[in-house]
Amino acid sequence: MAQFGQFSLALAFVVTIYSIVASLLGIRFKNDKLIASGRNAAIGTFVCITMAILCLFYLLMSSDFSIQYVAEHSNRDLPLYFKLSALWGGQEGSLLLWGWLLTIYSAIVVIQNRRKHTAMMPYVTSVLMFTSLFFTTMHLFVVNPFTQLVTVQPDGSRIAFVPADGQGLNPLLQYILMIIHPPIMYLGLVGFAVPFAFAMAAMMSRQLGDTWIRTTRRWTMIAWFFLGTAILLGGKWAYVELGWGGFWGWDPVENASLMPWLIGTAFLHSVMVQEKKGMLKVWNMVLIILTYIMCIFGTFLTRSGVVSSVHAFAQSSIGGYFLAFIMIVLSGSLYLLTERLPDLKSENQMESIVSRESSFMFNNLILLASCFAIFWGTMFPVISEAVTGDKVTVGPPFFNRVNVPIAVFLLFLTGVGPLLAWRKASTNSLKRNFLWPAGIALAAGGILYFLGVNHFYSWISVVMSIFVTICIGREFYKGARARATGSGENFVEAVVNLTLRNTRRYGGYIVHFGFVLLFIGWAGQAFTSDSQNEAGIGDTFSMKQYVLRVDKLGVEDTPNYKSQKATVSLFEYGKKVAILYPERRVYKASQQPTTEVSIRSTLREDIYLVFSGSNPDGSKAIFQVYYNPLVMWVWIGGIILGLGTLIALLPNKKIPAKDSRAVRTQEAKQVEVGS
Amino acid sequence: MKRKQLKFVVGSAVIVLTLAFLGYSGFQESKSYYMTVTELYAKKNENYERRLKVAGDVVPNSIVRDGKAIKFTISQENNTLPVVYIGTDAPPDTFVDRAQAVVEGNYGHDGVFTANHMQAKCASKYEKEVAAGVRKGGEEY
Repeated sequence: MAQFGQFSLALAFVVTIYSIVASLLGIRFKNDKLIASGRNAAIGTFVCITMAILCLFYLLMSSDFSIQYVAEHSNRDLPLYFKLSALWGGQEGSLLLWGWLLTIYSAIVVIQNRRKHTAMMPYVTSVLMFTSLFFTTMHLFVVNPFTQLVTVQPDGSRIAFVPADGQGLNPLLQYILMIIHPPIMYLGLVGFAVPFAFAMAAMMSRQLGDTWIRTTRRWTMIAWFFLGTAILLGGKWAYVELGWGGFWGWDPVENASLMPWLIGTAFLHSVMVQEKKGMLKVWNMVLIILTYIMCIFGTFLTRSGVVSSVHAFAQSSIGGYFLAFIMIVLSGSLYLLTERLPDLKSENQMESIVSRESSFMFNNLILLASCFAIFWGTMFPVISEAVTGDKVTVGPPFFNRVNVPIAVFLLFLTGVGPLLAWRKASTNSLKRNFLWPAGIALAAGGILYFLGVNHFYSWISVVMSIFVTICIGREFYKGARARATGSGENFVEAVVNLTLRNTRRYGGYIVHFGFVLLFIGWAGQAFTSDSQNEAGIGDTFSMKQYVLRVDKLGVEDTPNYKSQKATVSLFEYGKKVAILYPERRVYKASQQPTTEVSIRSTLREDIYLVFSGSNPDGSKAIFQVYYNPLVMWVWIGGIILGLGTLIALLPNKKIPAKDSRAVRTQEAKQVEVGS
Repeated sequence: MKRKQLKFVVGSAVIVLTLAFLGYSGFQESKSYYMTVTELYAKKNENYERRLKVAGDVVPNSIVRDGKAIKFTISQENNTLPVVYIGTDAPPDTFVDRAQAVVEGNYGHDGVFTANHMQAKCASKYEKEVAAGVRKGGEEY
């Protein structure tokens, strides 16, 4: 089986090269047959890598420990679904997954566009296959998942070696969310390869209108959706699995996924300016190049172990290859961009600082600033060591100091930006759109201040959240009311139809609202508190309005792990509200202890209980309890963000209204300010 | 430059400078020097003043819990460093004998390192050799 996997990889390597060569020669000699052949080869690559990944999966399922990857990431007693996640639990497997997803995307792109964009498509195929070639090369020559385990004999000869059992999967990865997290993350990171390929193809074929942007709008949003989902799932995983009470720690691996998301977000917004006004053409090219580079860089950061991290699942020599690839992509794409600069002239100019264009510009500016700061903070140990010899690291205060004000400003823009007119917003429209929301938000802010909310960022977060929520709510209300009067639909119907008729706009508002909720959850972080307690059976300890009582301390034994388990009753204002079961597990295969936290979540706050061990004489257990306000809003906000993105992906639906002309005039009045 | 564009330049500059200032102050507050135990001893005098992150392996049987503090010793290349950990967070799960630990805090003139943050990685790291005598396979399949 391993030989077959090996063969599939070798075949993929050859087919990928053929695809690039055929596409390029096809363009050169204007030969449609060669172009079609290159396209088919791209689909062939997908078939080959699929065979390879199925082989690896089979080897894991059949516990074939003669294969090094299987021996190191699985064991006989590992449950079936974790064997699936062992497929991408290690270096070789996760890179194979990356490569596989890329071939899936490539196959879909070439099939979807086989009769469209004939000038651009051969270039798109070759750019995608060029990326694929890098990964196939890695699979085949550098991090081969089908390598066999061997021992070296005293005389230097090597013989195959089959251990009785494997080392097992890292216990931290033995968690349901971790099965789906890596594929989702990669679906996001890999996804940006598609708009990048189209951007490059647009420049190579001199098709520099906004075709490449329109064609890839959905691809960009899908990639953005998966990447954002993965970041949130990663946060959720850190929260429930790592046991330190938080969901975001500015860890290099977290940063690695946030950076492409930030630039991707900037790109997603600024392409609208090009579609609408023919501006920012060069800028959009720069953004998509940077986004793609950050995606590769993020993979590099996660997989190479160049910056040490709690998530550092890997430490190896692949770094050099990635850096070389990044340099090639960066220099190639920037060279192409400078070549095409004369063709990328802006058709319009920025006029007023209070306009839609300008709000997009500021959005871009601070998203990039945020990414830049995170990049420096993450890479500073590496950079400072190279320059001064001292390895200087920076902590969360640095990241928070820069990013908190950026986030507040972004929040402000989510409310204001979509309501500003293009070119120049008139004083009248400003008054009409913002006077009431701002007034109400400030009045609420005044009341909050007198109630004792005087932490500046929390205060401004609440005020901004109210302001933005009213702005967004009013948009829906005005649009739906206009529709309802015109069409005779009831209000709810009108809201739904309104959204379905203009998914991009109203989906966008929903995304912005999700961001508001996420922000509220995140602002709750300013008010966390925690304590450590020693307690035996029957003992109690308290946290804010809660009292916790230890009812039972027991032991549990399963084939996969042994655990100490506590049963703790949670009382709120003297009333029993929940029973918590924090655990401390030791996984048998790896002998690594892990904490299974127990959490009681409400919309107001989470009580987060960690069983952190026993006191020296073993008579009492040590519990760490965290009080985390509003955390649930992070997850709720995330879900709404995702839903909004999905709505924005839908094609606009044509809904005949009972009196369509009346609706159109009513809606036109709205669009005048909004769209 | 036209007046129209001046506004954008000034606006952007104000934002960038503000962020740069915030970044600089956050950097000064949270920077720490990362080194191994040996490197710590090599430049002792400089290191009393700095905030440090020191990496070393936890010496077996050296972990002693003393109330909320945890005392232990880390070592690297025959150099040992006594550590007192007084953190708000419980030590990580991976903090066991022989774990690779990174302690963050200050080095005192009494030769004891006071840490308030700590990270630990299990000694039996997954991407290492399967067992003694086993080497990563080369060309043969």
